[in-house]
Amino acid sequence: MAYVAIRGGEEAIAGSARIMDALRAMGAGDPIELDQITRQMPLLHSRVLSEGGLYHPRLAALALKQSLGDSLEAAFFLRAYRSTKPRLGETVPHDTRAMRVTRRVSAAFKDIPGGQMLGATPDYLHRLFRFELMDEGAETFQQITRDWFGNRPAAHRPTTFPKVLDTLRDEGLLPPLEEDDTPPFDITRTPLIFPVPRSAQLATMARGETGGLLALAYSNMRGYGDVHPTVGELRVGYLPVMAPHPVTGKPVEIGEVQVTECEIVAMFEKTDEGAPVFTLGYGACFGHNEVKAIAMAVLDRAISVAAEKGSIKNPSEDPEFVLLHVDGIESMGFCTHYKMPHYVTFQSDMDRLRAARDKAEEASDVSN
Amino acid sequence: MFPTDTMAQGHAGAEYGFAFLDEDAKRELRRTIFKAVCIPGHQVPYASREMPIARGFGTGGMQLTLALLGPRDCVKVIDQGADDSVNAANIRAFFALTCPGVSGTTLTEGASVIQTRHRIPELPLRKDQILVFQVPYPDPLVLVEPNAAMRRRMHGRADYARLWVKLYEDMVAFDEITISHRYPTRINGHYIIDPSPIPRYDVPKLHQADCLYLFGAGREKRIYAVPPHTDAIPITFADVPFTVEEFIDRTTGKRHCCRRCGATDSFLDEFPDDAGNRVFQCSDAAWCDSRLTVQEAAE
Repeated sequence: MAYVAIRGGEEAIAGSARIMDALRAMGAGDPIELDQITRQMPLLHSRVLSEGGLYHPRLAALALKQSLGDSLEAAFFLRAYRSTKPRLGETVPHDTRAMRVTRRVSAAFKDIPGGQMLGATPDYLHRLFRFELMDEGAETFQQITRDWFGNRPAAHRPTTFPKVLDTLRDEGLLPPLEEDDTPPFDITRTPLIFPVPRSAQLATMARGETGGLLALAYSNMRGYGDVHPTVGELRVGYLPVMAPHPVTGKPVEIGEVQVTECEIVAMFEKTDEGAPVFTLGYGACFGHNEVKAIAMAVLDRAISVAAEKGSIKNPSEDPEFVLLHVDGIESMGFCTHYKMPHYVTFQSDMDRLRAARDKAEEASDVSN
Repeated sequence: MFPTDTMAQGHAGAEYGFAFLDEDAKRELRRTIFKAVCIPGHQVPYASREMPIARGFGTGGMQLTLALLGPRDCVKVIDQGADDSVNAANIRAFFALTCPGVSGTTLTEGASVIQTRHRIPELPLRKDQILVFQVPYPDPLVLVEPNAAMRRRMHGRADYARLWVKLYEDMVAFDEITISHRYPTRINGHYIIDPSPIPRYDVPKLHQADCLYLFGAGREKRIYAVPPHTDAIPITFADVPFTVEEFIDRTTGKRHCCRRCGATDSFLDEFPDDAGNRVFQCSDAAWCDSRLTVQEAAE
């Protein structure tokens, strides 16, 4: 586009960008490397991957670097980048039993088929500072790595694990799974026009903002709702991604994605037909983000319960309330926009206030 | 985050296609625009891609403009009527980056597509021009009904009774309709639209215009239109006329004039100057500049 001489604004923006760049450079030592972000801040990196809704670990790391570590902004970079890419195809539905599991726990049973596997979690660590980390060197990292791999016998672990909930299904305590071949609702190509199917509900929450999902799910847990969840199974691992081969159409493995998945069991409901059964809530997202997966599962259950009963009593049960407000990109953007100039509309506001005040004054003059 | 960053400009040509969006997205946008033009005032849902500027900053308008622009177009971007506002400058820089060949202008009469936030230019637009609005809230019924599914049904039935009740309650409470901007406006006798946060002063310009008005709400994922030569009537009562902002000096009883060009018939920005005095100036910068140019030529 031809250069247009514009006063003020453009120079201010250019200056602001330079300050931002200077902020991350000045006195900061060596530039942080993308691998350092991915490896040393994997949980922050995971948030960006899942909230960005694009599984591109390298760009997610770049996004964190470029956004100075703001997870909302970083997720936003991935979303905006995705707008430039066509959708080339769809994967087949995936069974998470095929997941290469790195962590797997159930709160419902003391022991589970295949065993509980704590894996990497801060859950049972004391949040006490390890002050020695203030002064780590590359040698320390090498030593930690050597110690970890050095004395490790070759593991003989199964590559897949059964689902804990299958046990409950076998006993009839959970309703059997029904095969559903309806094409899933694609939230990237279709706006949410309510009512929306459950697949839209799950997809929206899968890329929802962790804090937003947590706040709404927490309101349900505390008393503005009655899901009362038990974590049937929470698993973290790597799921092989299968896509139809462009020539043969048969599913072929094209890579793997890290996924956190949570299935919660909720207290049973009376059914019109047959014996009472437990109900299920499902949460899953890219990367390692357990709070998000659990909050999503609770909200999935809360929304479904209200739909089944035909009455919404709490915000966390209202699909419109939950699904239209958990997206970090949209809520952050709209909140930020209030910093933009609004002086034309404010002029109108003043006009109406002055007119209304005049009327009020006239009225009091008359009555005096 | 750094749209004017020189590095970003270096990458733009290599990494991104013309007008940023992939072709499927642009096709969807154009089909949605056609539908919106065919059903004046109806909010047509569309997928709404994420833009590299934040939701709330004009992503709906940007998507419309990107779908409309071809290499021979000339684009103008204004915010609050001004070309040099940071947001307008930012969006213009993005078009410059991603739409090679498209020219830019600050002249209202020189642009084929004008993207705007909160204003309609003072100069009446021609039939070969399109005005693209950035829309924060596409649905006027949100004033009276929070549930979107319910609102959709109300629009279908042209059931706007509760909007009138809201106006009536205003009259009872204040003896004035207090809606200052985003004034509900009935299009072609059926749908009532939110004309975006333009002042009431601009609403009459929607009625029977020569140009096409397109409204894009990015976050709320709706597009609607007021086509040329279409009725656009702000809703009010038979005995309560629709009024626009007035700029009367309460001491003299006369209308304030622009401190730059002296206009007494334009929408004015009111602000305190460095000495603390209230001053008034045309909100439409291009209008004000063109009047100054004419005055200088005459001298």
